[in-house]
Amino acid sequence: MLNNLESAKKMEVRNSFINSFLALVFSLLLGAIFIWVCGYSPIESYKAIIGVSLGTVKGFALSLSQATPLMFTGLSFALAYRVRMINTGAEGQLYAGAMAAALVGAYVHNLPSPIHILLAFGAAFIAGGLVALLVAAAKVYLKSNEITMTLMLNNIIILFTSYLANGPLKPAGSGVGQTERIDDSAKLMKLIPQTQLTIAIFVVIIVAVILQYILHKTVFGYEIKVTGLNLRGAYVAGINVGKTYLLTFALSGAVAGLGGAAMVLGVNYRFIEGFSSGYGFSGISIAALAAYSPIGVILSAFLIGILKAGTITLNRTTSIPVEFVDVIQVLVIIFVAAPTLIRAILNKFKKIKELTNKQKHGGEAI
Amino acid sequence: MEMIRMEKISKIYPGTVALDGVDFTLNKKEIVSLLGENGAGKTTLMKILYGMTPPSSGEIYYNGQPVKFKRPLDAIEKGICMVHQHFMLVPAFTIIENIITGNEPGSSMFLDMKKAREEVKDLISKFHFNLDPDTKVEKLSVGEQQRVEILKVLYRKADVIILDEPTAVLTPQEVNDLFVILRRLRDDGKSIIIITHKLKETKAIADRVVVLRDGHLVIDDVNPSDTTTKQLSEMMVGREVNLDTRKPAKNIGDICLKVSNLKVEEDDKEKIKNISFNVRHGEILGIAGVEGNGQTQLLEALTGLIEQNAKEITLDGKKLNGNSAQFLKAGIGHIPEDRLSMGLVKEMSIMENLILGYHRERDFCTRHGILLKKNIFNYAKSLKEKFLIKAPSVEVAASSLSGGNQQKIIIARAFSRNPKAIIIAHPTRGVDIGAIEYIHEQLLELRDKGAAILLVSADLDEVRKLSDRILVLYEGKIVSESMPGELDEIEMGLLMTGGHTMVEEGNQC
Repeated sequence: MLNNLESAKKMEVRNSFINSFLALVFSLLLGAIFIWVCGYSPIESYKAIIGVSLGTVKGFALSLSQATPLMFTGLSFALAYRVRMINTGAEGQLYAGAMAAALVGAYVHNLPSPIHILLAFGAAFIAGGLVALLVAAAKVYLKSNEITMTLMLNNIIILFTSYLANGPLKPAGSGVGQTERIDDSAKLMKLIPQTQLTIAIFVVIIVAVILQYILHKTVFGYEIKVTGLNLRGAYVAGINVGKTYLLTFALSGAVAGLGGAAMVLGVNYRFIEGFSSGYGFSGISIAALAAYSPIGVILSAFLIGILKAGTITLNRTTSIPVEFVDVIQVLVIIFVAAPTLIRAILNKFKKIKELTNKQKHGGEAI
Repeated sequence: MEMIRMEKISKIYPGTVALDGVDFTLNKKEIVSLLGENGAGKTTLMKILYGMTPPSSGEIYYNGQPVKFKRPLDAIEKGICMVHQHFMLVPAFTIIENIITGNEPGSSMFLDMKKAREEVKDLISKFHFNLDPDTKVEKLSVGEQQRVEILKVLYRKADVIILDEPTAVLTPQEVNDLFVILRRLRDDGKSIIIITHKLKETKAIADRVVVLRDGHLVIDDVNPSDTTTKQLSEMMVGREVNLDTRKPAKNIGDICLKVSNLKVEEDDKEKIKNISFNVRHGEILGIAGVEGNGQTQLLEALTGLIEQNAKEITLDGKKLNGNSAQFLKAGIGHIPEDRLSMGLVKEMSIMENLILGYHRERDFCTRHGILLKKNIFNYAKSLKEKFLIKAPSVEVAASSLSGGNQQKIIIARAFSRNPKAIIIAHPTRGVDIGAIEYIHEQLLELRDKGAAILLVSADLDEVRKLSDRILVLYEGKIVSESMPGELDEIEMGLLMTGGHTMVEEGNQC
């Protein structure tokens, strides 16, 4: 009996992993149908994608650099979710962080490179954090809903930064909405020349490790866990729930802000209007696929990065639409959010198998 | 005449055998008490009968015909209905509306309210239910709500009625009223199964007792009138138990917890109306009362969970202020009302749960907020041994434990931090007899060590057995203070429902 309990617990842990894994498998299978409908061979396409992404140095670098912003926003969403807050504001926090980093990069001069970079990341951290803190404060003190707040605030931030990039901060003679180029001292070091892979990947891995540490080894992480899993229990245990919400959500926003800085300092070298292709929202599926574990986020973002890099590269020769990766991501959300759906599908298979087995045995008996 | 026969019913859940070849029969015009501890399999057996879960093996016969219920609706169609422990009523609806919901008379478009009212009125008068069908359910007492639930199944033409722990929420008087109704139903030809672990009530109402233990049938033809409660409890637990002896306090000391002029308002209603009392060191003060008479608010005020409108609470002469963190720190332990929603985080491990609320103490973390996992692990291990928490290790999730062992986690946690005073709510609710015995012993031991204990329990027997002094709370006021044994159960029951006047009013409507 007791042994059964233990194995039941192990099963639980394994279950969340299996759920994620199955969600991914099902998504890839359905994605295959999507490719097939578009007139390509799914098997060939997947082979080509993986061949390009993992088989070549450039492809590998592209996978990682495509994954980097997703890692930041995935971490952001996963962290907030630990207190069961839904950070749909990562997109806005990303823009706020990007703008802050772009300003520090372009208008603060004559600093040694490491300090300039740290300062720019720091500004992005604070910008993203403040934006999120505002939302959390409204939730804690005014009982407003963080989802509506963040979604509205996204528009405000994106349009405001857009105004800055098209108005007061626009360099003379520029045709598009963007800010001045950042100083060389603020640019992130490239790990592989002629790719977009920079030391930003180390930054995000360090952030993930720190978050993992906070969540599992500290009192703050313990209180996050309790608050997220049992709010009423948290009050009874004397946990300052408001403070936990404020700090966690601010930290979540700050991490998304760092993602914006990584884009500015490592890829675009300036703030460009509309630079994000929905990284903030992609973070949701990344985090869900990772079962909201920081280290898991790094892995799941890398997986999506592989798909993205592969399709982008192939897109130059064949023409599988890049949107196919978005389809996969959406499917992942659906399957992760609906473990019962997966179980139902599996049970169907099992039943069919049982039936066919029975028929076989029946046939033998006759 | 045989109504239901369940043969060799087994139910295997992954990892556990909930039922192992149990036979069960139910005759017409009979009240059967299905007795067993939590986890004995009595609820599972009834869920199988009611079509909520399929048996792993075994047959069910209804009126001699083999039946297979895939869902409760199949069982209801055959006239097998269940009254759940947690009522499923819509508070804003009238009694009539609640009864017909899901079974509305008339064509598919229009309700035939007239027909419905007549049918419901007929039922009410036939069984003397004393209810006005047009009253809104939110205005009803718990006992009356239960009658509405029973009406609901009668309206659906039930022949077999299963009641899951029907007396858990009732006062002694309400229990008697319920039993009168149940006997009337039986005499009218209904068959009734009561799922319970209360022995006294089993003796009072059942024609036949069926005892389950660990998924096995122990005995199925006990005649309650020639069996003692002690014998019944031994059949249930499988060993000798001792629940009845009182152990009065020996050294009652100075006033520890003093509450003066406590008022609590909630939703613009005064839930606690200016009450004062104190608890001394080495004393258990019991608070008796029907649930919903201010107990929740009293508990919340005494543990710092809500702002009091007016209060002064002192602990050993020192004024207490602030939130639950400060109350805990001052030395007021807390065994909350609802163990799953307030006392535990069921997804977390036993070890993590054992420090909940005390996790900021230096034993468990550094000054910089880093958890000392090793200390916590060792601490948890020692508590697990000391408090006999049955679990494979302290790292398994609290949700994998039985209710009794979950409660032991909460008790171990609060009792091990040397509390000066401790606020305890329903310490043995939903806990099996073995664990009740143990928890009671621990409580008395803590008292004898000098802690002041405030015990709130819906179980009057428990309050009467453990307390050194008993207050009765009615509509937010203290209506009586007595020493144990001074008032009998009936007198206490009357006080809990507002005295004699209320009972007379109740009979009139």
